[in-house]
Amino acid sequence: MPAAAAPRTPHAPEPPSESAPQRRLYRSADGRMLGGVARGLAGHLGLPVIWVRLAFLGLLMFGDGLGVLLYAAFWVFVPLGVGGRTGHRSFFDTLDDGSRRLRKPDRGQVTALVALFAGAGIFISKVQLGGESGRYVWPTLLVGAGVVLVWRQADNARRAHWNAAAGRHGGLLQTARALAGVVLVGVGLTVFIVVRGSAAQLGNVLTATLAVLVGVALLAGPWLIRMTQDLSQERLMRIRAQERAEVAAHVHDSVLHTLTLIQRGAEDPGEVRRLARAQERELRNWLYRPEGTGKDEAEEPATLADAVKETAAEVEDHHGVPIEVVVVGDCPLDERLAAQVQAAREAMVNAAKYGGDGGPVQVYAEVEGRTVFVSVRDRGPGFDLDAVPDDRMGVRESIIGRMQRNGGTARLRSAPDGGTEVELEMERSA
Amino acid sequence: MTEDSAVTEGRRVRVVLVDDHRMFRTGVQAEIGETERTGVEVVGEAADVDQAVTVITATRPEVVLLDVHLPGGGGVEVLRRCAPLMAAAEHPVRFLALSVSDAAEDVIGVIRGGARGYVTKTITGADLVDSVFRVQDGDAVFSPRLAGFVLDAFASTDAPPVDEDLDRLTQREREVLRLIARGYAYKEIAKQLFISVKTVESHVSAVLRKLQLSNRHELTRWATARRLV
Repeated sequence: MPAAAAPRTPHAPEPPSESAPQRRLYRSADGRMLGGVARGLAGHLGLPVIWVRLAFLGLLMFGDGLGVLLYAAFWVFVPLGVGGRTGHRSFFDTLDDGSRRLRKPDRGQVTALVALFAGAGIFISKVQLGGESGRYVWPTLLVGAGVVLVWRQADNARRAHWNAAAGRHGGLLQTARALAGVVLVGVGLTVFIVVRGSAAQLGNVLTATLAVLVGVALLAGPWLIRMTQDLSQERLMRIRAQERAEVAAHVHDSVLHTLTLIQRGAEDPGEVRRLARAQERELRNWLYRPEGTGKDEAEEPATLADAVKETAAEVEDHHGVPIEVVVVGDCPLDERLAAQVQAAREAMVNAAKYGGDGGPVQVYAEVEGRTVFVSVRDRGPGFDLDAVPDDRMGVRESIIGRMQRNGGTARLRSAPDGGTEVELEMERSA
Repeated sequence: MTEDSAVTEGRRVRVVLVDDHRMFRTGVQAEIGETERTGVEVVGEAADVDQAVTVITATRPEVVLLDVHLPGGGGVEVLRRCAPLMAAAEHPVRFLALSVSDAAEDVIGVIRGGARGYVTKTITGADLVDSVFRVQDGDAVFSPRLAGFVLDAFASTDAPPVDEDLDRLTQREREVLRLIARGYAYKEIAKQLFISVKTVESHVSAVLRKLQLSNRHELTRWATARRLV
């Protein structure tokens, strides 16, 4: 973005050397005469505004119009803002009346105005209006005036963001001013072409084309720059506000709700634990889940990691036993893996039911190459598969049988220091 | 980890608690700060980065329990500014990250910053005391979740590693990490792999060293990809 770089060009009459690096240059929206460039610069450099204006005027008259070019460059590239010597508060005070031209001009402004007219007089008297070159001066001035009008209009549109009421108030006036600007530019360009009418045809066409192109660029360029600046800033603010509102709504709803439930059921530690765990999980999921994966859990999980986590959450909610899940790697869920997750669910339910108070159930899932490995472990008393009666089908059918039917393997073993571990292994089909 | 707590008997360790939640500091203090019972003496507390650096420099504790999210730059900033204390030849200050954060970037970030381990705040008091002593000994402390993150980080190295020795985990190290991720204690891992607890410790320390030193670019890329997936 050239906004910060442009004012520091070597052509700048007063290099802002002493300014603190944090301070940004703005065009002053308050107490400006044309574009607020002089006042903004004055505030930035800590000089009286009249000095800066005189410097610009001097450059205009004696620097072959360098002042105009500089001023225009500042106007286009430096954003309008709360600059100058007026602080935040007084700036918004003056905005309340809607149009700052109603305020009485101060002595500095009167002086500057007088100086401006004097300078303009000198400038006009210096160029011969009647001569061959003088024929271009009036159209040029017309075009310049039109461009100035349109650019100020762009500033007003920006100001309207800060003060919506004032923007609506002077709608008609603004349109009229924008139209007047366009008309002025149009007339100036036409005169330009008419004046050139006597010259050779080829030169005529070329000049006309060039003039129109330059006119369009002059009119549209600043608008486009300002518009993109405004739009990106606005979008950023809106996104931020939206995010904040979303967080607030979420925290408000679910956390407060849960806290209320916890207070009501304070004498049931199991229930309190369940509620707290569920809330923690939900909040975590919401805070740390990668962006763009969709934070609503309504849809079916599409990947193994999501499926395992969701299954564990359901079992945890249902049985009130904490389940810690660690997943390494991830892959899309296919039919066989869905069966594996179902088997893991059975194992989790068993662990939650019989694992007892040995601590949380630990679930580990890993995708390595084509193999998917899931282990579910508890620290309960453990049990002997051979001792389980034949009519209890949970382990044999739901876990071992299901894995074998889908081409995987399941192993049940007792963990080294008590408890049970179920290991499920499956090859990916796709 | 509880099973190994025999090593803590009769020993003392001075600890500084860094966490911006006063309630949490009070809770940890109540749970582990009974010096008579646990051997842990909390010699200082801090709530932000500046305070933490001041307190740690003044008290020179053996172990700092460090929150990942802190006002003033986070745990990583504390680690950066305390780097000379960590490197001290005599009585080095060691850091154990303690956080509610689930984000892999946060966790890997503090480990790469020089923390000797990472545990979640759901850890029990006994396990936390145990971890503190382990860190004091110079060992690394991996919670199952951290082990998962590390396995993930080292698994997805499509590009050839810059340093073959550093950017890869040995088969044994992977096995050890996998068992930690599955919730095994060091003693259980030793039994499972027919090695001694000391060997398990040295494997874990090796992994930690690799994590802290290995190809930065690769891990950053991994973390970025995680956030964007």
